[in-house]
Amino acid sequence: MKYLLLIYDNEQANINKSPEDMSNTMAEWNAYMDDLQKTGKILAGEALQPTMTATTVRAGNPAPLATDGPFAETKEQLGGFFMLEATDLDDAIAWSGKMPHIAHGGTVEIRPIMEFDQ
Amino acid sequence: MLDTHQAIENVFRNEYGKVSASLIRILRNFDAAEEAIQEAFATALLRWPTDGVPDNPAAWITTTARRKAIDTVRHDQVRDQKYLLIGGSQLEEDEFDMLDDIDESLLHDDRLRLVFTCCHPALNLDARVALTLRTLGGLSTTEISQAFLVPEATMAQRLVRAKRKIKDAGIPYSVPADNILPDRLEGVLVVIYLIFNEGYSASSGNGLTRNDLSSEAVRLGQALTELMPDDPEVLGLLALMLLQDSRRDSRQSPEGLPVLLEEQDRSKWDGNQIREGVSLIERALQMGRPGQYQVQAAIAAIHSQAKSPENTDWPQIAALYGTLSQIQPSPVVELNRAVALAMAHSPELGLQTMDQPEVSEPLQQYRWYHSARADLLRRLERNDEASAAYRRALELTTNVSETKFLEGRLAEVS
Repeated sequence: MKYLLLIYDNEQANINKSPEDMSNTMAEWNAYMDDLQKTGKILAGEALQPTMTATTVRAGNPAPLATDGPFAETKEQLGGFFMLEATDLDDAIAWSGKMPHIAHGGTVEIRPIMEFDQ
Repeated sequence: MLDTHQAIENVFRNEYGKVSASLIRILRNFDAAEEAIQEAFATALLRWPTDGVPDNPAAWITTTARRKAIDTVRHDQVRDQKYLLIGGSQLEEDEFDMLDDIDESLLHDDRLRLVFTCCHPALNLDARVALTLRTLGGLSTTEISQAFLVPEATMAQRLVRAKRKIKDAGIPYSVPADNILPDRLEGVLVVIYLIFNEGYSASSGNGLTRNDLSSEAVRLGQALTELMPDDPEVLGLLALMLLQDSRRDSRQSPEGLPVLLEEQDRSKWDGNQIREGVSLIERALQMGRPGQYQVQAAIAAIHSQAKSPENTDWPQIAALYGTLSQIQPSPVVELNRAVALAMAHSPELGLQTMDQPEVSEPLQQYRWYHSARADLLRRLERNDEASAAYRRALELTTNVSETKFLEGRLAEVS
């Protein structure tokens, strides 16, 4: 089954990291990615620019309205995603649990991809 | 006729979980499995009164339901080779009497898979409880909604959502991998014990359906013990439930008032349940991997084996609550330890333990804290403080019988 894993983390804490801490974090993520790559489960995955770069669009008159900032202000911010072809939810949970930010208080929201008939 | 219906009802009660587990694997669909089982029982109702009850009624039901299930699969044109492999070639035959061929070990695994699917942490606790009772216990939606005092439509909706989540989120129908098994098993035990307590503590609602819930939890515990006989916590939970349930008939006075353990008529305790519980907990403790359910069962076993409250090994109980406190620190456990210390040594020592801020502060809204404290104050003849504590307990009690009991105590110290 296909799952989207939405990676939520404290963006400000990451921005405030010392260069040394930042390179440790990167090393952890790279190690994680290497393990995941080997399984052939990754369909897609990216890190996102911080929420200060976000733009939200909603209906407006006469044209749709674009505003600065993310859709919702939350304690943790969406910072990246993976799309996985996993065997089942437990598989997706296991790979989510191994993400380095989890140990530092971050979370992952797992969303199964909707399948349409033809 | 009566015997036939009784036989059908017995099979339904005792075998529902097994039958539904194996069908869910074949069909990969909870609703279709439920339908096939219902059809099989409907067929039994038609045939058994004239054909007689089969030698092995459970196997008959399973085979018939499997046949219905396979028919459904064919009918839906999702005839996949793997479905036929699972059912085996016997299902191609028209005869119903190839009943000994059902692979017991496969049934065993199916049931275990179903337990873990129904109690998956991605389902909320209410949904896990409902699904476990419906799918493993065979309780109807009406029965479950009545037992939990929830409108039937709400319960039906809860079950529909749970089944949909299992399917759409890809919750596996499998026994979890070894590295997550202890965690997941913990989640299963929580569900079973919650069902038991819902029946045992009767925080609201009427007596009858509630006792049924406790029996159902014991039944689930027995099934899990069959499935995982080497897990000491599984044995510990069953022992705990049996030992608590053994006091069912003496926990209430004829007027429905709660009777404290020390005032219960011990001759009314169920000796068979006690023997079974004690032997289970002894077996579990020998495995050398203690856990919270085992320790609680060990405490219950000491009470069960004591001839009277005075003859109870209170120092041992206090020590076991100390152990429990380490496994699972909680102010409620400390409160129980305080009560045991009061019995083992003196009411003063118990009171001292209860009055420690780490115990008293979190339990200010907990009615048992105030009633236990009131009881110690009463024994110390500190009547003014005792009646204040009884009043506080009364304010926090919603249960009618408990209110009467506390009012009686309050009158004693006033």
